[in-house]
Amino acid sequence: MSNSFPIIFLILAAVVLVFGFGVVVQSRRKKPTPVVTPAPKNVVAPAPVAEVVAEPVVELVAEKKRSFKNVLAGAVSSVLGRGEINDTSWDDLEEALLRADVGVKVAQALLEPLRARVKAKEISTPAELITALQNDMASRLVGTNRELNFDASIDGPNIWLMVGVNGAGKTTSLGKISAQQVALGRKVMMAAGDTFRAAAGEQLQTWAERSGAEIIRGAEGSDPSSVILDAVQAANARKCDLVLADTAGRLQNNTNLMEELRKVRRVAEKGAGTVTETLLVIDATTGQNGLSQARLFADATQVTGVVLTKLDGSSKGGIVFAIETELGIPVKLVGLGETIRDLVAFNPTEFVEALCSTT
Amino acid sequence: MFDNLSDRLGGVFKRIRGKGRLTEADVNEMLGEIRTALLEADVNIGVVRNVVERIRVQAVGSKVSEALDPGQQIIKIVNAELVAMLGGETLKIAYASQPPTVVLMAGLQGSGKTTSAAKLASWFKAQGRNPLLVGADLQRPAAVEQLKVLGAQLNVPVFSAPGDPVQTAAAGLAEAKRLGRDVLIVDTAGRLSIDTEMMQQVSDISAAVKPDYTFLVIDAMTGQDAVNVAKAFDETLAISGVILSKLDGDARGGAALSVKEVIGKPIAFAATGEKLDAFEQFHPDRMASRILGMGDMLTLIEQAEKVFEKDEAEKAAAKLMEGEFTLDDFLDQLQQLKKMGNLSSMMGMLPGMPKEMKNAQISDDMVKSTEAIIRSMTPEERRKPEIINGSRRQRIANGSGTQIADVNKLVKQFSEMQKMMKRMGGGGKKGGKGGFNPFGGGGMDLSAALGSRPPSR
Repeated sequence: MSNSFPIIFLILAAVVLVFGFGVVVQSRRKKPTPVVTPAPKNVVAPAPVAEVVAEPVVELVAEKKRSFKNVLAGAVSSVLGRGEINDTSWDDLEEALLRADVGVKVAQALLEPLRARVKAKEISTPAELITALQNDMASRLVGTNRELNFDASIDGPNIWLMVGVNGAGKTTSLGKISAQQVALGRKVMMAAGDTFRAAAGEQLQTWAERSGAEIIRGAEGSDPSSVILDAVQAANARKCDLVLADTAGRLQNNTNLMEELRKVRRVAEKGAGTVTETLLVIDATTGQNGLSQARLFADATQVTGVVLTKLDGSSKGGIVFAIETELGIPVKLVGLGETIRDLVAFNPTEFVEALCSTT
Repeated sequence: MFDNLSDRLGGVFKRIRGKGRLTEADVNEMLGEIRTALLEADVNIGVVRNVVERIRVQAVGSKVSEALDPGQQIIKIVNAELVAMLGGETLKIAYASQPPTVVLMAGLQGSGKTTSAAKLASWFKAQGRNPLLVGADLQRPAAVEQLKVLGAQLNVPVFSAPGDPVQTAAAGLAEAKRLGRDVLIVDTAGRLSIDTEMMQQVSDISAAVKPDYTFLVIDAMTGQDAVNVAKAFDETLAISGVILSKLDGDARGGAALSVKEVIGKPIAFAATGEKLDAFEQFHPDRMASRILGMGDMLTLIEQAEKVFEKDEAEKAAAKLMEGEFTLDDFLDQLQQLKKMGNLSSMMGMLPGMPKEMKNAQISDDMVKSTEAIIRSMTPEERRKPEIINGSRRQRIANGSGTQIADVNKLVKQFSEMQKMMKRMGGGGKKGGKGGFNPFGGGGMDLSAALGSRPPSR
């Protein structure tokens, strides 16, 4: 605690000083109005529950990953097109990785060892270089457990918590997961823990009806922890297997809202249930800020997996490569479209193969 | 999270200091750091390449003098370049001679269209206009409901009709005319830029309502793909400007620079908070220092202005400079400061803060204990902390539920701050209005003051 004194003093001093000097900036904003929320979620289209596929839909992933494939394909074929490995080859590869949002550090970490191997003549042809990059990337992703944790042996329901920034796609992903779990024969209870954004409860209600789940909602502006705890208790009483808890989107640097989330995670287990999965939802368009999201959400809620949404767009979602390799949080699910069956298990081998394939 | 440009360049310059002249290798190393800083801020790689080349030209041409800190000099060049790129003509809303002025909102899923539509309505209202919101997002469950709730909070009517979004939008336009509303804001469903069918739909909506302004809503956290999205939407809809959402996060927001550079359309507005009035016209200068991780002093000042009593603050500052600032004054100011939000995020906005302090987390508990200690002091002790002796210390610790060591630390830090501020006061007054120059050089360089007397821990 004592460490905070100098900081508090300094901020205060700085602020006070600025005022003392009369730096006058017109105030453009007016008095705050009460409660409002940011960011809409995904668009969804109804899909019949019967179509639900719980297991990875491999060919679908391959097809939808074409965008990821395309970004590197250009670079890869131009690298392969040259007879030798030269400076341009490295620039091409680096640029392709950066364009996919893997980040400067990761791109360097991937290419540096390869440069050394090229120098040591272990790798001499462009084809070998591409294969080596592909193997390296794959080796950083394989062997991770990506199963959604469901523990049938515990007393009371399993609780899966959805967390993430505004507009990442938490509510929509939760709806899709619900449909898939119901299709597996599990009895699902939804907890409308986003009590902040206008009409978030209605949105989730629609998903509960579509997926055949029950739902507990609280009043707008009510305490999300208690809504979720109510849902857990209700789920236990009604012998539900799984509680899917939605939470309001929040920016990870908002300390107060992150504290609220910490409390949600803690209070959720006060009843009969156990939190067996905390899924961080990340939008594939996210850039380097994704690392900050993963770090701070993991710190607050012990994130157990990442759901990468909207990968069917032109974005590459490379930031999850950084999140998984640097922070050790496995990517579990990938959203490739608007129907329920478009939320699929993440397949790292395919991900990397698609990334480095030229066809 | 990431090092700011100042830290990055600091490392390079430490090595070349005293060389007198920069070699080409030095310049390249420096440009490499600038490149990394921009990439970590999510500036598009193509744009980064252009910026770096432009900076190379200027950096090579400029003499790096011994007297000036070359790092600061380069940062100035980079900053000026980014401001120039982000700036240019600002978007001025010209209202249609035949009302309503029609505004169309478009963007990817989850970028913040619905919230931005409501915030924009609030902004128009503040300009004395009478907006009507139209919910043409018939795809996402409860999107229209969300807009209605937001409209009710703002006291702005919301129109929507189920069925076809194009017809809904057209009906909304008719409704605005019927009601005599002078601004129409059409919210649309989120769509992927590569979804041709959905892009055609938004193009049809546009054709039906003939917008005077089409805003593309872009999430400040967007990565490299921002330019592709912006290009696709601009080709389909002829964007008038961009609304940058979620700028209250800790993303550097390089997407703003990329989009501005690639489609050449201004960033018109920025959404800076969860409340409906947290929406403002865009400031290129602040965005530049943010992208470089150099703090955002002006935003901090604006926030402060909203909560601090100006006269009080001026008095407090004067006292501070003269070393007459008491713990009572401190307590008062702390109450004001708390209204501004959490202290950690404020730290991030202060320029020139040492990294370890910038990353420090200050929880509400820490602030509470600080307050508790001061509140457990007698008025006399607050005025003259030096009279606090062993037994007083014990009493204060008991009263505040803290340890004697905490009380000691607080008193010691307070006196150090007083000394430091007194010293800064001397140089700072010369700095005058622009004293808090984020790029140093003024008399109020906080980092210099900190550097010479690091706060003990």
